[in-house]
Amino acid sequence: MRVVREPFARILAIARKEFRHLRRDHLTGGMVLGVPLMMTLLFGYAINQDVRHLRAGVADLAGTQRSRLLAQDAQATQVIDVVERVESAEALESLLVSGRISVGLLIPADFERRLAHVGRPAAQLLVDGGDPIVLGAARGLLALPIQDRFRPTALARPTFELRAFYNPERRSPVHIVPGLCGVVLTLTMVLFTSVAIVREKERGNLELLITTPIRTTELMIGKILPYTAIGFVQVTLILLLGSQLFDVPIRGRLVDLYLGAGVFVAATLTLGLLISTAANTQFQAFQMAFVTFLPQILLSGFMFPFDGMPRGAQLLAETFPLTHMLRIVRAIILRGAPLEAVGPEIVPLLLFFGILMGLSILRFRKRLD
Amino acid sequence: MSESPAIRVRGLTRHFGALVAVDGVDLEVPRARISGFLGPNGSGKSTTIRMLCGLLTPTRGEATVLGLRVPEDAEKLRRKIGYMTQRFSLYEDLSVHENLEFMGEIYCIPRRRLAERIALLLADFQLDDRPDQRAGTLSGGQRQRLALAVATLHEPELLFLDEPTSAVDPQSRREFWETLFALCDAGTTVLVSTHFMDEAERCHELAILDRGRLVAKGSPTRLIDEVDAAVVEIECEASRRAHEVLSQRPEVQSVAQLGVRLHALVDRGLSRPDDWVRARLAEAGLVGAARVVRANLEDVFVAATRAIEAAA
Repeated sequence: MRVVREPFARILAIARKEFRHLRRDHLTGGMVLGVPLMMTLLFGYAINQDVRHLRAGVADLAGTQRSRLLAQDAQATQVIDVVERVESAEALESLLVSGRISVGLLIPADFERRLAHVGRPAAQLLVDGGDPIVLGAARGLLALPIQDRFRPTALARPTFELRAFYNPERRSPVHIVPGLCGVVLTLTMVLFTSVAIVREKERGNLELLITTPIRTTELMIGKILPYTAIGFVQVTLILLLGSQLFDVPIRGRLVDLYLGAGVFVAATLTLGLLISTAANTQFQAFQMAFVTFLPQILLSGFMFPFDGMPRGAQLLAETFPLTHMLRIVRAIILRGAPLEAVGPEIVPLLLFFGILMGLSILRFRKRLD
Repeated sequence: MSESPAIRVRGLTRHFGALVAVDGVDLEVPRARISGFLGPNGSGKSTTIRMLCGLLTPTRGEATVLGLRVPEDAEKLRRKIGYMTQRFSLYEDLSVHENLEFMGEIYCIPRRRLAERIALLLADFQLDDRPDQRAGTLSGGQRQRLALAVATLHEPELLFLDEPTSAVDPQSRREFWETLFALCDAGTTVLVSTHFMDEAERCHELAILDRGRLVAKGSPTRLIDEVDAAVVEIECEASRRAHEVLSQRPEVQSVAQLGVRLHALVDRGLSRPDDWVRARLAEAGLVGAARVVRANLEDVFVAATRAIEAAA
């Protein structure tokens, strides 16, 4: 009997003890429910492969009734949302470069004449080819029928001529590699900084350090400085690999890229600092870093097009540094945009840096209580 | 200024939730002396030291250290104090020299001065044969010397040492204390916590803590002379039985076994304590030698903590 009973007793003892650990470790306990909840909501609700509402611009140079109807019909498909109207092809292209829009409808001045001649598409669809999913969605518009009171049948040719910008061969490394800069930095920077301070807590170094004259701000800045340098090393490595192995073109200026990446690295490091003020062990820091990493990967536009997500998820994603970093690197690397053009993405990063740095300094006490 | 005590504490109290770790401690620590906190684990020694360093906020009470109020002026105090934590808190993956250099830079000691200080301390603390050894691979005694070297690097006026010798062999402990006396002779005030009686005996001044309360203070000799009990040393074959018999008597404050002997603290009111003890043993059918001896610090400690319990 003992041979049977004793193993059971010991197994139950271990299991019961494990539940006690979980109950006392609120973070891990929280992840028991939090991770499936978050993953299911994010995947199920926010992530949408069937992309709609791509931000679009229209340059209607024809200005005829049929050209206006064409723009309206394109909008009515819900694949695009017209957010900008401009008066020239150049203006439309610069909107695309700055990332304000990902699809442009260019209706040429000779639209009516082109309609009359069979064999040529009547208008152009300019698409940011950097994202294959966006490109795929836009292709659905190519055969949009032209409404014609007299000839209501669809024309035997595509309405639009597709001009995919930045990645005409549609190679996925071109889309993925620039984004990887942001993703890799997000993962490593948060982990490095959060663990760097928590390790000192765990090993007892901090108790000595906080009895010295060092100020909290000095400690924080001193801690993130080396990792900023490491961030630049990582960016360089990824870009080198990307351009040498995968032929990813770097169209913008490197200085702009490093400046943008520098702001992003600083912002991400402060997230690590904030985590380090809350975590007591390296394992807790690791868990928290993971929890912040997951939604950034899923919602930033790295894996799925930002435009395809519901409004709420987009608003949430606007608070993530990675979302802005992706727009910055894609604009500079793929579209050759200058740093000024991505200014609207730099500002949120600076804000993020300021707020989280402030919170970290407030939360970090040179006290043990 | 130099006549005022290094530390003055009034009603210092610290709660951790429901636990009262330090309970209304009043204390003055004189300058250029070695003062000791003696008490068992959990008696509030570390908590008190941490409050005096400004690391913990007192729940109640006030403390002035080197004329500065803590925790309010703790930042100003940092440069003037050195703190050696109970647990080794230097960087184990840095070398002896790198640890000293790092802490010197944190204290903004000028480069040339720092190089001189490090060379001097390495020699003084017998670490000059291994400046490049990682701190993590040092022996207990070497680590402790390194920690003290770091704590004294910026020549603080006041040194807090929290159980500095708990992980160290007796030989290292003796040498460590010689260093402390040298520092003290040079004018440094030292506050050291310990649970070793022999170490406590070396202090100029002693404060005995028990469950957060200050139960006795004074120089070790005075504490021994003024102990509120007579100490009877008993040698008896059946020491367990003798222990039992004596413990039951209300006149006996406590009985402790020290090797083969027993130390009984009995009320001072008894005119011949040794005769009284022999008589009690005889009543129980035991034969033993008993003589009145001078108290040691352990007796002082037991008597002081008993007195508090009796009053409670």
